[in-house]
Amino acid sequence: MDKLTVVEGRAYPFGMKNVDTDIVIPAHWLKTISRNGLGKGAFEVLRKEPGNVFDDPAYVGSPILIAGDNFGCGSSREHAAWALGDLGIRVVIAPSFSDIFSGNAFKNGILTVVLPQDAIDRLIVVAQGVDGHPDNIHVDLEQQTVTTQFQDRFTFEIDAFRKHCLLGGLDEIGLTLGDADQIGVYETKVAQLRPWMVPAPALGVA
Amino acid sequence: MVKPRTLYEKIWEAHVVERRPDGTCLIYIDRHLLHEVTSPQAFEGLRLAGRKVRRPELTLAVPDHNLPTTPRRDAQGNRIPISDPESAQQLAALERNAPEFGVRLIGDADVEQGIVHVVGPEQGFTLPGTTLVCGDSHTSSHGALGALAFGIGTSEVEHVLATQTLLLKQSKTMEVVVEGELGFGVTPKDVALAICGRIGTAGGTGYVMEYRGSVFRAMSIEGRLTVANMSIEAGARSGLFAPDETTFAYLEGRPMAPKGADWDDAVAWWKTLHTDEGATFDKSIVIDAADIVPTVTWGTSPEDVVAVTGVVPDPDSFEDASKRAAAQKSLDYMGLTAGQKMADVAIEHIFIGSCTNSRIEDLRAAAALLDGRHIASGVKHAMVVPGSGLVKRQAESEGLDRIFVAAGFEWREPGCSACLGMNPDKVPSGERCASTSNRNFMGRQGPGSRTHLVSPVMAAAAAITGRLTDVRELMKKEEGMVA
Repeated sequence: MDKLTVVEGRAYPFGMKNVDTDIVIPAHWLKTISRNGLGKGAFEVLRKEPGNVFDDPAYVGSPILIAGDNFGCGSSREHAAWALGDLGIRVVIAPSFSDIFSGNAFKNGILTVVLPQDAIDRLIVVAQGVDGHPDNIHVDLEQQTVTTQFQDRFTFEIDAFRKHCLLGGLDEIGLTLGDADQIGVYETKVAQLRPWMVPAPALGVA
Repeated sequence: MVKPRTLYEKIWEAHVVERRPDGTCLIYIDRHLLHEVTSPQAFEGLRLAGRKVRRPELTLAVPDHNLPTTPRRDAQGNRIPISDPESAQQLAALERNAPEFGVRLIGDADVEQGIVHVVGPEQGFTLPGTTLVCGDSHTSSHGALGALAFGIGTSEVEHVLATQTLLLKQSKTMEVVVEGELGFGVTPKDVALAICGRIGTAGGTGYVMEYRGSVFRAMSIEGRLTVANMSIEAGARSGLFAPDETTFAYLEGRPMAPKGADWDDAVAWWKTLHTDEGATFDKSIVIDAADIVPTVTWGTSPEDVVAVTGVVPDPDSFEDASKRAAAQKSLDYMGLTAGQKMADVAIEHIFIGSCTNSRIEDLRAAAALLDGRHIASGVKHAMVVPGSGLVKRQAESEGLDRIFVAAGFEWREPGCSACLGMNPDKVPSGERCASTSNRNFMGRQGPGSRTHLVSPVMAAAAAITGRLTDVRELMKKEEGMVA
């Protein structure tokens, strides 16, 4: 996972609520066996609409996405996070996220920032800029702040473990495997307490 | 005295391997289901890092998402090639990865094959008090049997394969209480849709739900699976039912369930898995069963529900400006206008299937209504996709397939099918489907498809009349019939 410390740049002033992962990446893009190349399928349905923010040259390549409430609801497909990452997005800012999506984003080095709706509204204005010239947004994970050149300063909360992993670009599986002894102790305990927990090897008709 | 605990807290605490100072816990995972779409990249990750599957015997792989629902073997038993090369490649990847890593695989043409969330309970792989995960958000289904079950992403799939654990923060708890008796023609699907409508698709975010009250106690396991399945549509990653005699009766004798003395030990433990008197929930939702009616969706979110006897809502009736805009966008997409009667909406496609409603009871209920009737002339395509090969075989032994076919339905092979349009089963752009699935998202059943979520009997009713229909009108003519 790539480290994430500070992200500065333009932001897609998207703002849509209840964006489900079928909108982020439709199911027919899920037939890949790779994590790469999904950016071209990202927001496919919305991108059929002329004037959509994702194909607007003013925003293409922005590292930040500003979204509405309940972003990433629906399917657990991690392809949604891969698609955003492939577009070059490192930070998504919204009033709330689905639990599964925010976990998937984090595991792919994408920071999800929860800010209140009025902060979102303000950041969308900044991201839209003046006369088609978007202004940058600055996200600092160490400081847990989102700032702009106009003196806006919003602070956000983040789980300490997630922050640690993102800042260091750490491999979570490697970290957990460091606790293999503990896992073994648990397994021994359960094997005594509930030996029936291991499924019978048979398949078939009940 | 021990502090009273909820069912969720009991299962959680029985699975803590390690508690970190910040409250994050390493949680042991007892059961892992895999399918072809969200597992290839996880296996690839293991391979690249030179890692093994820690407990392959706790893992079960079943292809379901993009398999065609047309026959998979010819008369000689040879595989009929999958025409879409990408789907074929995903199936091939699962068939290669499972044996390489020692994971049990149910083959695409085995009689046990089906949708992971139908297969798990059916095989007794899903058990009360277990933690169960799958790279699919509808894993919440397994909560019907009292398993703490939730969907995960592919990185988490890889994490579970390598470590048999997940790092998790404990969720908040929400009880959803439905008391009373469901009315004539009202099914578990209507209950699930009513809950989505009441709390919204983000209402359960951060919570694990527990379904409580007389309606859920009286519900069959099939019905509970439908309700728990849609927990995620209300934002909750998991929805639990306390295991009871109905659960034990369903599980006893299932192939992968405990046997003999092990069974008795298991049941003794399962009987302790209920919310203690005096335990508190962070949130409580109470719904009167008498307020739940046969329900349909009008929009592009499962919270967009209305009684089938109702009308398309006016976007201006929503207080929140963004909701008004979203409703207008939904209506434009759906090709509906405010004030239009739902029962006037013409339907071109019928889909009975999906992990929400493809079990034997669902098929029996739909077939009972369709017996001796035929789909309306305006219905271009009607299809039944049983949840598993065993459901299919059971239905055929009861003659249900003949009823469906005589009524004008196609009778297909098991899989996820038109629920998400990953295989060839899609709803054409601009056309309308009465679907027993779980999501009416834009483009879900195919680009431009328009989905109305309904129960199996409501799908059958729509098939008969060619429009969204109050199933009670058709049922009145057959006194004593139950949905």
